[in-house]
Amino acid sequence: MIDARGQSCPIPVVMVQDAVKKGNNPAELQVKVDAMVCVENITRYASSQGYTVKVDEADGEYTLTLKK
Amino acid sequence: MSKRINPWVLITGVVVGIAAVLLTALGNPANMGFCIACFLRDIAGATHLQTAAPVQYFRPEIVGLVLGSTIMSLASKEFKARAGSSPATRFILGAFVMIGALVFLGCPLRMVIRMGGGDLNAFVGLVGFFLGILIGVFFLKKGFTLKRTYEVTKTEGFALPAVLVLLFVLFLAAPALFAFSESGPGSKFAPAFVSLLVALVVGALCQKSRLCMVGGMRDAVMFRDFNLISGFIAIFVTVLLGNVVLSKFTGFSALSQPISHSSELWNLLGMVLVGWGSVLLGGCPLRQLILAGEGNGDSAVTVLGMLVGAAFAHNFKLAGSADSVTDGVYKVGGIATTGKVAVFIGFAVLLVISLVNSSMLKKEAK
Repeated sequence: MIDARGQSCPIPVVMVQDAVKKGNNPAELQVKVDAMVCVENITRYASSQGYTVKVDEADGEYTLTLKK
Repeated sequence: MSKRINPWVLITGVVVGIAAVLLTALGNPANMGFCIACFLRDIAGATHLQTAAPVQYFRPEIVGLVLGSTIMSLASKEFKARAGSSPATRFILGAFVMIGALVFLGCPLRMVIRMGGGDLNAFVGLVGFFLGILIGVFFLKKGFTLKRTYEVTKTEGFALPAVLVLLFVLFLAAPALFAFSESGPGSKFAPAFVSLLVALVVGALCQKSRLCMVGGMRDAVMFRDFNLISGFIAIFVTVLLGNVVLSKFTGFSALSQPISHSSELWNLLGMVLVGWGSVLLGGCPLRQLILAGEGNGDSAVTVLGMLVGAAFAHNFKLAGSADSVTDGVYKVGGIATTGKVAVFIGFAVLLVISLVNSSMLKKEAK
C-alpha cells in the first residue's frame, strides 16, 4: 500500500510511477490519497500504463486499487 | 490519447483566452488581461507595500480568482482546510518565483497571453520556462518533496479568501486608503465589477479543471500526460484568434511589444527561475491562487510570499523595465544589476532547497 495522503501534485503520481518501475509492472497496486485531484492524476497515469483503477472512498480519503 | 484530455481543461483554456482579450479591450493593460504576478505586484503597490508609482491598483481579478475557486470547491465538496507542508520554504519559493516573473514581466499565464499577442520575447521566456521545468523535474525524480499536508482548522482554509474580500470591500468603501497609479500599467484597468465577475467565472473553471501552466509541461515531460498542456495551447490559440478578430494582431516581433523588454538573456533566466520554483511548489502562480481558494493554507502562504517578493522586486529595483522610445530613439529595457544579482541569488536558494529536500543528500531510506 502506497500512502500518498497529504502529498501535493505531482508527488503521488511519482510515487506510483516509482512503484510500477521498481515492481516491474506489478499486477496489483494500492494507493491511498486524500484529494480528488490526486485520484484523477493517478487514474490518468495508471490507465496509460494499462491498469484498471477502482476507487473506494471513506471519510474523505480514497483508496485506489490498480489492476492489470 | 484524446480520452486522457479532460474537456474542462480545453473549455477553461478557451474561456481564459476570451476573458483575457475581453479584459484588455475593456481597459486592462495590453497583453495583460490576466497576469498573476503583475496583479499581485499592483496590489502590493495599492496597499503601500511598494511605492513604484506606475504599478499601483487593487486588482479585483485576484479576489475573483480566489473566491471563484472557493465557491466552486465548496459546491463540489472539495474545499478542505489543509496545511503544514513546509510553509516557510514555500513562502521563500513564492517570493523568488515572483522576482523571476517580474524580471521577465509576467507570470506563466501572461507569458502565454503575450505569445498570443505576437510578442517574440515571450517565446524566449517560454524556452527559459521549459528549462526551469526540466530542472525541477530532475529533482522531483530524485525524490524532491516538501512533505505532506495535514487537515487543519477551518480558519486556516478561509484565511486568504476572507482577507481578500475584506480588502476588496475596503477598497470599494474607502478607496482613498489605497494608492492608485496615475500613469503606467497600474492606471489601466477594466471596470472593477466586470473584472471581478469575469475572474469569478475563470477561478471557478480553473478549480474544476486544475488548469496550471507549469503542470502542463511537467506532466508532458514526466508522464507523457498531455491533459493540462492542452489548456495552455487553448489559451494561446484563443488569445491569438481574439487579437486577430479585434484587429489587435500586428504580426510577431520582439520590438515595441507592450510592457515587455527585449533583453533576451534576462527574459530567459527570469523564466528559468519561475519554471524551476513553480515545479518545486507544485503549480504556477495561478494554480497557487486556486489552491489557496480551496482551503490550502500552504498555497495561501505562497501567495503572501509572492506579494512580499513583488514588494522587494520594486523596493530594491529588481524588476525589469519595458523597452521604450524617447525622442525617436528605441531604448532596450531590461533589468538593473540588482535584478541580475537577485536572479542568481534565486538560483542559489532554489538549488539549496532542491538538494536538501530531495534524496540526493540523504542516505537511501528504506
